[in-house]
Amino acid sequence: MPLRSDIKKVLMIGSGPIVIGQAAEFDYAGSQACRVLKQEGLEVVLVNSNPATIMTDKHMADKIYIEPLTLDCLKRIIEIEKPDSILSTLGGQTGLTLSMQLAEEGFLESHNVKLLGADPLTIHKAEDRQAFKDTMEEIGEPCIPSKVVETLEDAMDFANNEIGYPVIVRPAFTLGGTGGGIANNADELHEIAINGLRISPIHQILVERCISGWKEIEFEVIRDAKGNVITVCSMENFDPVGVHTGDSIVIAPAVTLADKEYQMLRTAALNIIQALKVEGGCNCQFALNPNSFEYAVIEVNPRVSRSSALASKATGYPIAKVATRIAIGYSLDEIVNQVTGKTYACFEPALDYVVVKFPKWPFDKFVYAKKTLGTQMKATGEIMAIGTSFEAAMMKAVRSIELGMDTMRKKAFTALTDEEVLEKLHDIDVDRSFCVFEALKRGISVDTICEITKIDKWFVSKLKNLKELEDWLSDGELTQEKYDTAKKYCYLDKSIEAISGKSLEEWGIKKRHAVYKMVDTCAAEFSAETPYFYSTYDEENEAEEFLQQHPTDKKKVLVFGSGPIRIGQGIEFDYCSVHCVWALKELGCEAILCNNNPETVSTDFDTGDRLYFDPLTFEDVDSLIATEKPDGVVVQFGGQTAIKLTKHLQEIGANIMGTCAESIDAAEDRELFDELLEKCDIPRPAGETVFTAEEAIAAANKLGYPVLLRPSYVLGGQNMIIANADSDVIEYMKIITSHKLENPVLIDKYMMGTEVEVDAICDGTDFLIPGIMEHIERAGVHSGDSISVYPAQTLSERVKKVIITYTERLAKALNVIGLVNIQYVVYNHQVYVIEVNPRSSRTVPYISKVTGVPMVDIATKIMLGHSLKEQGYSSGLYPVGDYVAVKVPVFSFEKLHDVDTQLGPEMKSTGECLGIARTFSEALYKGLIAAGFKMQYKGGVLFSVRNQDKPEIIDLASRFEALGFDIYATSGTASLLNRNMIATNFTYRINEHKEPNVISLLESGKICYVISTSETGRDPARDSVKMRRKAVERSIVCMTSVDTANALASCLEMHKSIDDVEMVDITKI
Amino acid sequence: MDFLTAKTAYLILSDGTVFKGKSFGAEGEVIGEVVFTTAMTGYQETLTDPSYCGQIVTQTFPLIGNYGINSIDKESEGSVVSGYIVREYCKVPSNFRCEKGIDEYLKENGIIGLYDIDTRRLTRIIRETGVMNGMITTHEPDEQFKSAALEKIRSFRIEKPVPKVTVSKPTKYSENKTEKKYKVALIDYGYKYNIRRELEKRGCDVTVFPSNVTADEITAFDPDGIMLSNGPGDPTDNKESIATLRELIEKQIPTFGICLGHQLLALANGGSTVKLKYGHRGGNQPVTDIDMDRTFITSQNHGYAVVNESISPEVGKVSHINANDKTCEGVRYTNAPAFTVQFHPEACGGPQDTAYLFDEFIQLMEEHK
Repeated sequence: MPLRSDIKKVLMIGSGPIVIGQAAEFDYAGSQACRVLKQEGLEVVLVNSNPATIMTDKHMADKIYIEPLTLDCLKRIIEIEKPDSILSTLGGQTGLTLSMQLAEEGFLESHNVKLLGADPLTIHKAEDRQAFKDTMEEIGEPCIPSKVVETLEDAMDFANNEIGYPVIVRPAFTLGGTGGGIANNADELHEIAINGLRISPIHQILVERCISGWKEIEFEVIRDAKGNVITVCSMENFDPVGVHTGDSIVIAPAVTLADKEYQMLRTAALNIIQALKVEGGCNCQFALNPNSFEYAVIEVNPRVSRSSALASKATGYPIAKVATRIAIGYSLDEIVNQVTGKTYACFEPALDYVVVKFPKWPFDKFVYAKKTLGTQMKATGEIMAIGTSFEAAMMKAVRSIELGMDTMRKKAFTALTDEEVLEKLHDIDVDRSFCVFEALKRGISVDTICEITKIDKWFVSKLKNLKELEDWLSDGELTQEKYDTAKKYCYLDKSIEAISGKSLEEWGIKKRHAVYKMVDTCAAEFSAETPYFYSTYDEENEAEEFLQQHPTDKKKVLVFGSGPIRIGQGIEFDYCSVHCVWALKELGCEAILCNNNPETVSTDFDTGDRLYFDPLTFEDVDSLIATEKPDGVVVQFGGQTAIKLTKHLQEIGANIMGTCAESIDAAEDRELFDELLEKCDIPRPAGETVFTAEEAIAAANKLGYPVLLRPSYVLGGQNMIIANADSDVIEYMKIITSHKLENPVLIDKYMMGTEVEVDAICDGTDFLIPGIMEHIERAGVHSGDSISVYPAQTLSERVKKVIITYTERLAKALNVIGLVNIQYVVYNHQVYVIEVNPRSSRTVPYISKVTGVPMVDIATKIMLGHSLKEQGYSSGLYPVGDYVAVKVPVFSFEKLHDVDTQLGPEMKSTGECLGIARTFSEALYKGLIAAGFKMQYKGGVLFSVRNQDKPEIIDLASRFEALGFDIYATSGTASLLNRNMIATNFTYRINEHKEPNVISLLESGKICYVISTSETGRDPARDSVKMRRKAVERSIVCMTSVDTANALASCLEMHKSIDDVEMVDITKI
Repeated sequence: MDFLTAKTAYLILSDGTVFKGKSFGAEGEVIGEVVFTTAMTGYQETLTDPSYCGQIVTQTFPLIGNYGINSIDKESEGSVVSGYIVREYCKVPSNFRCEKGIDEYLKENGIIGLYDIDTRRLTRIIRETGVMNGMITTHEPDEQFKSAALEKIRSFRIEKPVPKVTVSKPTKYSENKTEKKYKVALIDYGYKYNIRRELEKRGCDVTVFPSNVTADEITAFDPDGIMLSNGPGDPTDNKESIATLRELIEKQIPTFGICLGHQLLALANGGSTVKLKYGHRGGNQPVTDIDMDRTFITSQNHGYAVVNESISPEVGKVSHINANDKTCEGVRYTNAPAFTVQFHPEACGGPQDTAYLFDEFIQLMEEHK
């Protein structure tokens, strides 16, 4: 079936800001979809509130709205644009849910809009618990048996007579499963059920057959309108059922299933997609009893997902592209397999390697948060590693995840006793795979480990192979044979040296580079042209062959990506890497990408001329350069991950394009940086470098509190705090010195001024500042967590001029060729420099989009010798446009229990969204709505602030009072406000143990907004932290900076609704 | 992990290429036709598939033996593959039905194995040059040995393999106790057990006949339907069987053919077959059912194919084609109540998506009852 003739103009809904559970994979899927739609000659209208995405790029769609993803906004955009169809299945859960709501309200029908990909009935059948169960029952696919009960008798009856033990009890409407548990027998159920019924606010519990310990298997399935169905990939979780698949190590394809089990589940997946009548991609998750053929359907997602991105990268099969083509009418047997060019999309990829996915968790930032894993996903990102064995893929994975590890041995575990290791095996947490490895190191048997963890023996045995290999390497002489074997398992030379105790030179070992194999969807059955490679230690180098077969005079440029998405290094760096590659191609270069993140556009094999899916360590890069022999390498767009390679690349003689290694060092090394500032005559807050707690206290007292503490070479303000007293410094130094200190701790005078950020492009002679951004929150809140406004609203012309001058001086002194990001603080009308990063930054995508200055493209052209002048740009500040853009951070606090929501110098946000409007207040209003702020006009506002903020909240509280809110406050704050004639209701703190206290007040539903600041507080046991956590649980907007609250008040004072604000198509800016 | 204990072994291809790997399974020397399968699961079914008779089978999926071997998932009693090549075999298999490891199984069945070679490189060689003969040996391939070996390798031919794998006498199975509605004569050219299981599941009383059964014997048996099985080798080697089928066509008995059975019926109907460059072996081959306008993922294992154009419109028409290379995947006959497919609807291993064809066979028998 060809393209449907009734489709001309399609609305695509993106997935919005990056949050845990919804990350870059939807930019990848959405971008693919947009490209397909445009290729088919359709008009594409795109809505996404996330400006850091590639899909919101001007050439991805005909009309682009960076607007809040709310029903109101979508309705207005549909009314303006009058699309004939909506593609609902490529924008994650957000896109699917919104499409569903629009359909259910009848809005789509009344506006003649068709829903493509999945119709409302399909979505309903997959998403609604009961409808899903009924559908599965109809087609004979088993679900996990469960029952909702309201009495103990019913609970006991269901368990005793219908499902047997063990059972899981889940109380309704309690957060994080509090009050639930696993009951192994009737006595235990009696106890847990009584407790659960009591705790549940509606006295209801779900009693479910307990299947923890079962295997978790996923299938990615595709169906077209004709009913053709295929499975693209199977995946098996390392962790058995109980850990969210997004938090599990995953191997593709499934490895422990015999053909009988495999085909049973594959057939089930096909039956499900046929029954749901999905037209496109679908993800089916199964639990399989490891001791029988019994299985249960856990979940079905009738849309592309994180798993489909992984499956696409793991197989080379572009699921999102194929799903899009199907949605607009094509059938699987008409769509050509792009990889072979000869075969069709209606086939199932065959792999001749395995893939391991490893999650990236944010716990290096949230030191107090619980690292346990369960049904709530906690990972912010992931990496993928390809190998010819599980062991090899694991070794690549462990170094790709950037935990400072290059083998499975976790340093912290080496200090534990054997008993402690055995005990730790019981913890289902982020370190479990490393703990299993440590246990093997200690001689604990595979069977014991399997019994405790329920991890399949296959996986544990494979890890044991690594342990045995390491034993062999460390036993006596390191022979060439041992070395070659270790390389086959993808050990790094430096790991082999560490294990064997001597350098390879000393052992007399002949070192070897990796060779590359192609990912071709068909296990070499057909010749393929996919320029998609991964490293192995075989003899034949297919990449080299490919290069010989495709000789070129073009300049070859290798671009390094940014690795897994984490707090502080998000999708924006992928945006930059991809744009660099596109610019290179446009300039007639051959662009080669190396990255290890399966969620991204950068690892789509047709983004560059060639893709290498491999870790980004020195040795991996050496092998790659040995094969590719690039004319130049680019590090400045891949975040800190790529920047870290700079020195090494210079040492091995690679031609680093753009800003050189020395300049990068000068910006990151405190002493060199100070020298530079002195030379440029630019002030910065006074500071010192220290190594010990004693030195730190002495320095802090010399500078005067408050002071800012951070380790040098940081990313996203990792481990950065503001200390107000000696006790803070002591607490901080204790945490930071628990790791080995390779670099000193920096201690600076903290200046509570306005923070200003500038991204500039420099060609060595001229410099261009596309825009100056000002932060709403004063210095002290990490720039990534601040609301950022372009153009700056409150700076004087004089200050702006100073900033431009300083930027020029710094860019030139650092010999910046390309991008530089500089952060300033304006304090008492003086401009100080806080930080200089001679690389791309988080703000580049958003500033590029709102100013229309394609920063990465310009920077890439500069690297290739095209000056700013040549490109038609004059030096200095780019003229300010007609629109104001406000970037608002988005957090994932509801997913991370125990994390304090108070903002500070350490970055906590996972994503961002943008509000664009003609005025500042309208842009802010849109930005806040996009970030999930509910605009309410009556109810209560609760204040609980530290002493230093008290003077400022009088004005703030009076604004809320004037808006008609009831004001609530804890003792000190309440009396202050009442003294200042603001009628305030008094409430007790938690530790006062009296009613009404802040917790019961928050639970009462009277409170709309909370303004809470506390002296310090990373420790979740603190009262103020508990209060903020309660606000998160109850979905109450909680602000931890007076500045944010003032901004909100300004929005409310406009008394506007979203209907009063213009929807902006950014392609017209 | 036995890093040092495994013995070195080699694969010598008829084009002179030598792969150095390690020995597993039985030790010794064997010559065969080197083929590859891209199936990612189902190695036990592959090892026990009689169609691989005379061949050295290479698995393109690198990790083989993960779930061990059991006594149920076999497609014939023993294994007739000549040799077995994998990148890595699993020493600690894990599955609730696992009874033994693959190494042990190969040893028990005398199958010579080779592992720790770059199977992707081997696959690419076969893909580019076509299927070729090879030898697995533990003998160091020095010049002298190699030239002698190459002579033997090059002169090797799979000689009439069907008689080696067929049953010796008519055999009736009565595993399934439910009432049998249809009497089926399964002509065994090297049949996979699951063909019989699929028929029995659908109420057939199956009697397996040797490949040299005569038309008269079949007619005397008076079956409701004839099932022509899969099997190894060049279809044109089976002159007698083709002649038998030619006679049977006249009898107008409902007939369903799979793989070699499909090729033989085509030959009996005046069609011709051709050797494919490197065959179709795996569980991911897309086949289009022309009338249904649907494409199914199928399990396949064949080195020869029926020539599409050789099917005369007077006898029938091509009903299925391979969506990738457009080769013939099925024929629906008009001169007899018969249809045949090149792929394996019985799966095992591989996808079960075309099991509906057995239902069609049942329906065909019902219509002619």
